[in-house]
Amino acid sequence: MADLSIDFCGVRSPNPFWLASAPPTNTGDQVMRAFDAGWGGAVWKTLGNPIVNVTSRFGGIDYGNTRLMGLNNIELITDRPLEVNLREMREVKRRYPKHTLIASLMVETKEEWKEIIRKAEDTGADLLELNFGCPHGMCERGMGSAVGAEPKVLEEISRWAMEFARVPVIVKLTPNVGDILEPGEAAVRAGIPALSLINTVKSIMGVDLDRMVPLPRVGNASTNGGYCGPAVKPIALHLLSQLTRHPQVGKLAISGIGGVSNWKDAAEFIALGSTSVQVCTAVMHYGYRIVEDMIEGLSNFLDEKGMKSVMELRGRAVPAYQEWGDLDLSYKLVAKINEDKCIGCQLCYVACMDGSHQCIHLPGRTEEESRKAGHTHIPTEIPNRVVTAQAGTPGARVPFVHEEECVGCNLCQLVCPVPDCITMEEVPSGKPPETWNDRVAKGTDFVPGGLDATLAARGRSR
Amino acid sequence: MRVMEPKRFELPPGRAEEGFKDKKPLYNFGEAMAEANRCLYCSDAPCIKACPTAINIPEFIRKIGTGNVRGAARTILTANILGQSCAQVCPVEVLCAGSCVYTGWGREPINIGRLQRYAVENTLAKTPDLLKAKPPTGKRIALVGSGPASIAAAGMLALEGHTCILYERKAIPGGLNSLGIAPYKLKSPEALREMEWVLSLGRIELRTGVEVVEQAKGPGQVATSELLASHDAVFLGLGLGADSRLNIPGEEGEGVLGATLLIERIKTEPGLTLQGVKRAMVVGGGNTALDIAHELALLGVEVDMVYRRSEKEMGGYVHELDGARLDGVRLVENRQPVEILRKDGKVVAVKLAATRDGKPVPGTEEVVPIELVAMAIGQERATGVAKAFPGVELDARGRVKVDAATHRTGNAKVWSGGDCVNGGKEVVNAVAEAKIAVLDIQRHLAGE
Repeated sequence: MADLSIDFCGVRSPNPFWLASAPPTNTGDQVMRAFDAGWGGAVWKTLGNPIVNVTSRFGGIDYGNTRLMGLNNIELITDRPLEVNLREMREVKRRYPKHTLIASLMVETKEEWKEIIRKAEDTGADLLELNFGCPHGMCERGMGSAVGAEPKVLEEISRWAMEFARVPVIVKLTPNVGDILEPGEAAVRAGIPALSLINTVKSIMGVDLDRMVPLPRVGNASTNGGYCGPAVKPIALHLLSQLTRHPQVGKLAISGIGGVSNWKDAAEFIALGSTSVQVCTAVMHYGYRIVEDMIEGLSNFLDEKGMKSVMELRGRAVPAYQEWGDLDLSYKLVAKINEDKCIGCQLCYVACMDGSHQCIHLPGRTEEESRKAGHTHIPTEIPNRVVTAQAGTPGARVPFVHEEECVGCNLCQLVCPVPDCITMEEVPSGKPPETWNDRVAKGTDFVPGGLDATLAARGRSR
Repeated sequence: MRVMEPKRFELPPGRAEEGFKDKKPLYNFGEAMAEANRCLYCSDAPCIKACPTAINIPEFIRKIGTGNVRGAARTILTANILGQSCAQVCPVEVLCAGSCVYTGWGREPINIGRLQRYAVENTLAKTPDLLKAKPPTGKRIALVGSGPASIAAAGMLALEGHTCILYERKAIPGGLNSLGIAPYKLKSPEALREMEWVLSLGRIELRTGVEVVEQAKGPGQVATSELLASHDAVFLGLGLGADSRLNIPGEEGEGVLGATLLIERIKTEPGLTLQGVKRAMVVGGGNTALDIAHELALLGVEVDMVYRRSEKEMGGYVHELDGARLDGVRLVENRQPVEILRKDGKVVAVKLAATRDGKPVPGTEEVVPIELVAMAIGQERATGVAKAFPGVELDARGRVKVDAATHRTGNAKVWSGGDCVNGGKEVVNAVAEAKIAVLDIQRHLAGE
């Protein structure tokens, strides 16, 4: 059994699964139920001066039969009196001393930061998280993502926090910036030991086309909210790796956030450099109980990979994230359609015809028919295979790949509804490895067929 | 402006049919969305090829999924004007759904029929004027019979701007659709409402209680020569004739009925009761036999379905047999009635013989107590009317001969389609044949 416990800035947590600062951590009762279910830590719903919320507050986006591919919210920080939250936090820490309790904070002035940091630490909180990420409502008042998007302001408030705090401080970043390294470096300059990201993405969830009001709707109006859930995971992974491969910022402890729904998502965040992960949408959708599978799944995964702890997994995939210019141009994949598994839907065919390189062909066509359908390159060799599509499916519907034309783009595999039916097979290109940056260095980076002006600028002629 | 206000056909209440529940009821919104979203939207989909009317099924399902239900209905109805009844009566298990790629994958195929019903029924309830007829052409077409083939042909011709006159022998129009469909699939009023919708599409007049004969002898009869003279084209959608009989002792008299006649009575006759009938025997192995057996079972009767050959030789669909068995029908293979036994004129038993190669074997008889016998061994051909048109020929099995590419008969002014041509198939086949005929009638009227 792998060791799931982690060390986050010297704070020991039973596992890397923390609840993000959000509705699931609104009250002491909720957080205690979450800890009972198995969550290793919880970031309390952001403390500050209580606010007033609106109705409604959430908007969802579905895809096909799947609900909540993404969620957004226009709820603000806690609306409960500070003293009530602090009393409950103290009680939670007393009853669950080994679990990680993090106080999320958002106020304006230096005096306010000083007071709230002292009060939060008095509850026994293990860590403080400065909410510089919330992109709706609070940012209009100069807080939340308004801070996260201004490196100078972020740095100044971070310095205040470092001055007042006795426990480690996490800065929570907003993804609503042009370059995530700017706030990341600002935090480093202020001496901050940890980051968390991403907070939610500015979003409008849709439009009520009968009322002509964007969603979620508050009376006859709406506002931008914060987008989260499975749909934002790829954005979060990218921003996370931008930070973890940075020589200075990458040394900070990072709590990864953004669409984490299961152990596999968590493993991906950790492989890209997170120490812990924070979860909100999946819990809002399915409840605290999902942590059972997260704990078991991550543990099994680490065992299978022969890793003894979460810390061994941390950052494993970071070195493989490189610039495009460093990718091998000689590496070649081609698609292979497994005729035993093919069900004959021909989605790969139509996707390749209209969305890629017209290299998937239908069997039984004459050259004339193929050209009429839109193929410009006709394969000389047509596979002479027994087409064995399963019962009920006319075998003649199994398409085949013209390998010389296949660019190995993956699209057919991505649209195929049958697992392992289309595989991407590595084929020797017969060329030595070469990157674009190699070509730039060698001066072979002008591809024939371009602009005369480009050629002229390089002092050459055709 | 509507030229001829179509009549609304009402059936009396108290029909046995009213007690049947839909086996595949109308989907609600959530059910339809969940099912529509399951469709893979195959390219050049096999389900389209399996549909005799070639409805673009993945396209209409996608439209349901995006909330474009009216567009879905348009896709359906422009390919199959009887999309409503076909959604309910088509044997999708052996047509579109049977060819769904999910079936080959060992997964539940898309419930195409139910999605089609969802789209058409909901759309026509809100926008019955979905399809608009072209301006009048002044051309007149006579259609003999008002079953699915004629109704479909009339609807399509009316949309082209032609005037159609339907001649129906019976008082209740609609043919097989209103009189012959198992009521757990489609009830008579549903078929009549669909028919009335088709009649509303353009200039269509329906004349019921009118017989087309070689020589008219009075009111209620029209001569073939008159039809040919007063119309630019004639379409024969004659359907089939009376139920065939076994011609065995005891068959004549009450208690022994043809299957289609019994189905018609269940669907249309007020106060029909099966009181005193505990056990019934259905003779035959086709889909009509399965329908009546299934209906009788659902009416609470113990049903033996007797077929002279083995189960695997049956003409009826496997899925229909499975469904009938679930509701209590018992299949008795390799047997044939040789005599119907009566007491005081009433049927009390059937003498059954074992068969070899479909023929009774003497000395194998057994007596089975039975109070009702339904004969479902085929139907006579409606040959009389067809033969009354000069040039129209019948094949050896009594079917109207047509050119397969045009559905034109030996008479250059006469086309035909449906059961009288194919010998008895599905509603969707009748529509498909009507489509072919209408295309050719169009060419003919255009002087090509």
